[in-house]
Amino acid sequence: MAEALQIRRRTPLRLWLSCGWLTVFFACAIFAGPLSPQDPLAQDLLFERLPPFWASGAEPGFWLGTDSLGRDVLSRMIHGARIAAIVALVAGFGACIIGTTLGLIAGYYRGWVDQIISRIVDVWMSFPAVLFAILLVAVIGTGLTSVIVAIVVIDWTRFCRVVRAETMAQSRMDYVDSARIAGFSRARTLFREVFPNVLPVIIAVLTLEMGIAVVVEAILSFVNLSISSDDPTWGGMISEGRLSIHQAWWVLVFPMITLFLTVLSFTQLGEALRERFDPVLR
Amino acid sequence: MSEVLIAVRNLEVSLPDMAHKLPMGRAPMIHILKGLNFDVPRGSVIGIVGESGSGKSTLGRAILRLIEPTAGTVIFDDEDITHTREKSLRGFRQKAQMIFQDPLSSLNPRHTILGLIAAPLTLRMGRAEARTRAAEALEMVGLPANFARRYPHEISGGQRQRVGIARAIAQRPTFILADEIASGLDVSSQAVILSLLQDLVRDLGLTLAFISHDLSVVRRLCDRTIVMEGGKIVEDAGTAALFTRPSSDYTRALIDAIPLPVVDQLW
Repeated sequence: MAEALQIRRRTPLRLWLSCGWLTVFFACAIFAGPLSPQDPLAQDLLFERLPPFWASGAEPGFWLGTDSLGRDVLSRMIHGARIAAIVALVAGFGACIIGTTLGLIAGYYRGWVDQIISRIVDVWMSFPAVLFAILLVAVIGTGLTSVIVAIVVIDWTRFCRVVRAETMAQSRMDYVDSARIAGFSRARTLFREVFPNVLPVIIAVLTLEMGIAVVVEAILSFVNLSISSDDPTWGGMISEGRLSIHQAWWVLVFPMITLFLTVLSFTQLGEALRERFDPVLR
Repeated sequence: MSEVLIAVRNLEVSLPDMAHKLPMGRAPMIHILKGLNFDVPRGSVIGIVGESGSGKSTLGRAILRLIEPTAGTVIFDDEDITHTREKSLRGFRQKAQMIFQDPLSSLNPRHTILGLIAAPLTLRMGRAEARTRAAEALEMVGLPANFARRYPHEISGGQRQRVGIARAIAQRPTFILADEIASGLDVSSQAVILSLLQDLVRDLGLTLAFISHDLSVVRRLCDRTIVMEGGKIVEDAGTAALFTRPSSDYTRALIDAIPLPVVDQLW
């Protein structure tokens, strides 16, 4: 009891910080143009490897310094947020829609449909996810669409498993029998009665999935399998910064911190939502 | 229209025992109901009693075809409801209603009270009409009109069970199955809910099947009582006769187990 109360009391701060950071993240993604102090693609060899604003030799206007081609790190990070946000949202929702649909069907209708879907999920999950993603992008070609497709194709299983389990738990509730006595069809019962009760869990997993999608995108752009290396992505910046880490650590460190905070925020928010809606903890 | 509303003939329910299933083999069957026969006369109140695991809830669910019987038939209002497709049960789904033991589980937490009562009605009538009828039903169970927009978790246990009753009677059914509807309530709410149900059944001329483990309640409410043990009917008699002259040892044991108020110990 005391423990439960403690969790309840601790949740708000964690949630506030996560939501605050994610607001900044999405604001950067939407208003990348006006927020960036510089053109993220503009190279200037006179300004190469400028340090961040507090170090000596910094130039005004280049707050977090420049990389080895003289491009502004802050501006590139803000534009990188846009790519990360697009991947998080599109890939997250894509995986969510496919996984949820199959999970609802498997958990509610059971029988051979469930057998087929569950076996596919088992097989799918036995591949190492990141390797699978790299392989997939290598086959279908690089680019933003490929990255999104790869994440959807790999991560729908995460939704499918959770949604199936929750649907099975909800289907045992008496309100499903009530719906049958009322004369509702099976499909109506699934979508109007069961689905609204599974939705909170779906939202929690979706939030976690967005964090994962950001990481996968960073990994893929780190190995140069995302969009072209000129376009700013966090993974790409980390990859480039690696080459000049002894001369210009900021090119590597700032995108890493942003990536870390963004993923942490998504995970924390998702965990908080899951805790809030998990039938066991509720 | 025959005198018998429900006729149960050789009803059997068996389920596979997955706990004792061998890999690749067939699961052994557990026989939950072992060939039951009885009639429920129109307008009667029938009690079904027995200890936990005696199969009384399974019997209730089989009568309403929430569970597929393995063998046997249930005839409801001269219509075989066991050997027909779910789609052709539309009339039956209106005429036979159920009130559940746990209203927190049987009332979908995502719907309002009014929505819970009105939604099933919209299958047969317009939204406005369904809402009017749902509001009437709320009034009949003695809930104030402003409860309509609340959610199940916002009202008390006794009030939730009233919603369950309102949802059943809003369908204007001929038969209601009440499965342990008072066992989750405190003693005073129990009494209120049971007399409400009793009054409604009498006023609307309904047939009621009342499943309970509480024999004192059954004695007060029911014309006839069926006693179940291990998936079989051990006794089926008028309530008065059953309580005064129980013919089986099991019934006698159940009756002896009714706690009597021991007044003199208080002094």
